[in-house]
Amino acid sequence: MSAPPAAALHDNPPHASLRGVVRRYEGRQTVHALGPIDLDLAAGEFFAVVGPSGCGKSTLLDVLSGLGVPTEGSVTLEGKPVRGQVPDGVGVVFQEDSSFPWLTVHDNVAFGLRRSGLDRTEVARRVDHAVGFMGLAQFAGHYPPQLSGGMRQRVCIARTLVQQPRLILLDEPFGALDQQTRLLMGDELLRLWRDTGATVLLITHSLDEAAMLADRVGVMSARPGRFIDLVETGWQRDRDSRIVSDPAFGPLTARLWTSLRAESLKTMGRAA
Amino acid sequence: MNRRIAVLLVRAAVLAVLVLLLEVLCRTGVIDPLTILPPSAMVAAMIEQLASGDVTDAMLRTFSTVALAFLAAVLLGTAIGALVHAVPRLRRAIEPLLASYYSVPTFVFYPLLVALLGLSMAPLVVLGLLSAAPAVMISTLAGLDSVSPVLRKVARVQRLDFFRTLRWIVLPAAMPSLFSGFKLALSYSLIGVIAGEFILSGNGLGYAISFAYQSFDNRAMYGLMLFVLLVAIVANGVLYTYEGRLAHRRRRG
Ligand SMILES: Nc1ncnc2c1ncn2[C@@H]1O[C@H](COP(=O)(O)OP(=O)(O)OP(=O)(O)O)[C@@H](O)[C@H]1O
Ligand SMILES: [Mg+2]
Repeated sequence: MSAPPAAALHDNPPHASLRGVVRRYEGRQTVHALGPIDLDLAAGEFFAVVGPSGCGKSTLLDVLSGLGVPTEGSVTLEGKPVRGQVPDGVGVVFQEDSSFPWLTVHDNVAFGLRRSGLDRTEVARRVDHAVGFMGLAQFAGHYPPQLSGGMRQRVCIARTLVQQPRLILLDEPFGALDQQTRLLMGDELLRLWRDTGATVLLITHSLDEAAMLADRVGVMSARPGRFIDLVETGWQRDRDSRIVSDPAFGPLTARLWTSLRAESLKTMGRAA
Repeated sequence: MNRRIAVLLVRAAVLAVLVLLLEVLCRTGVIDPLTILPPSAMVAAMIEQLASGDVTDAMLRTFSTVALAFLAAVLLGTAIGALVHAVPRLRRAIEPLLASYYSVPTFVFYPLLVALLGLSMAPLVVLGLLSAAPAVMISTLAGLDSVSPVLRKVARVQRLDFFRTLRWIVLPAAMPSLFSGFKLALSYSLIGVIAGEFILSGNGLGYAISFAYQSFDNRAMYGLMLFVLLVAIVANGVLYTYEGRLAHRRRRG
């Protein structure tokens, strides 16, 4: 049997779903940051989110993970409602650096397994694997302040991946990386996604990255963020960064850009 | 590490030159040796004092008082600081008071403390506590502020309970600030206790210095002063080294 095409994934019950989700930040001035949003993430799907700066992407990640409570609407993960608590099996890599400066790279990654109940050798094995996977093997004994921003971000990714979450939420994880490393990390992420069968939601500001990695790309409007376009990429599950030379790749990014252009101009305060 | 040693050497050299200068000024009579003892004589006097055993009781009493005041200040200061941090309203009310706290001469309360607690060690412990605890509170507030929101989010994603969040994330993240507060607390409780003994008590090292001063016993006075000074320097040095070790790994390089 060959791998099922992406569309077949949608027949299974969704891994995560958002219904009428709205998030407003109350304060002296109420900020309507997000929604209303309806979205189903199929189990095992790779979903990318693109949208203009400040449109509510990180806010979306907040409510989806259970870190933030939606002002309206509901979030369901693996069939159970989520409200203000992060359910088991969810891993998050934040946009900001969240490495622990007081722990070595190795111990940062091992942090993810502190409560796993695994024995020491197994922990060491998994940590070494994750650290190597992120290209940090030579820096296992270093402290994060001794690393570059991109390396610190990779520490955070390794800390999340070592826990083998079923739903992985990534907020611009490659933001601090150069283009080449980005592509390679993208390949690694694809490989991991394929091997583990996890569901991935990736927020990125790179249209190429979204088009290359995802099964589906959600294009968000200017704030308050809503999905104005959902684009199926139609890639095989077995793919890597070489698809950038696929004839379908150009039109795909072109479509994303067309959808986004007007919205991006809006956030810059100009007419389309 | 080499840089640290170099800095320490320079500091030691500066100190040595100053001490040497004082020695020369005293020996040549520029400074009257009855006013200030030459440093070599101070050291001799200090050794005499310590060897005679006359001040052993005073020493034990003073240091145990300081230790009690310091520990109480660290525990209470951190606990109250954390409480104030958790209740923003309370914080808005208390923070300005904390900031101006050190313009209050706490010694004026000593008679009140004696009236309340009797002529035991207790009023001095409280005096040391009063001078040290607010510093710990201030640094606790600063330390808790310095824990970035994203680290608290990590704690929630890792599904850590309150105590694990505290032990594994909040405390280590706040440690540099907390530690500078502990350092101040040690100095302040030492100052508080010894000054309290000096002015108001009939016991301890502070009192011994004051007694020597009033009976014109210069040798004893300078010997004891030097001893207190050395203790303060060593205690601070130990914390300083430990702090350096703590910070060393966080720095670049
Ligand atoms: N805690 C908060 N309190 C008030 N307003 C907030 C808060 N967090 C975010 N916002 C506002 O909500 C809007 C969306 O923010 P969000 O961080 O989700 O955007 P984003 O799409 O992730 O932006 P970027 O691409 O720059 O990361 C912004 O206008 C922001 O100012
Ligand atoms: Mg964001």
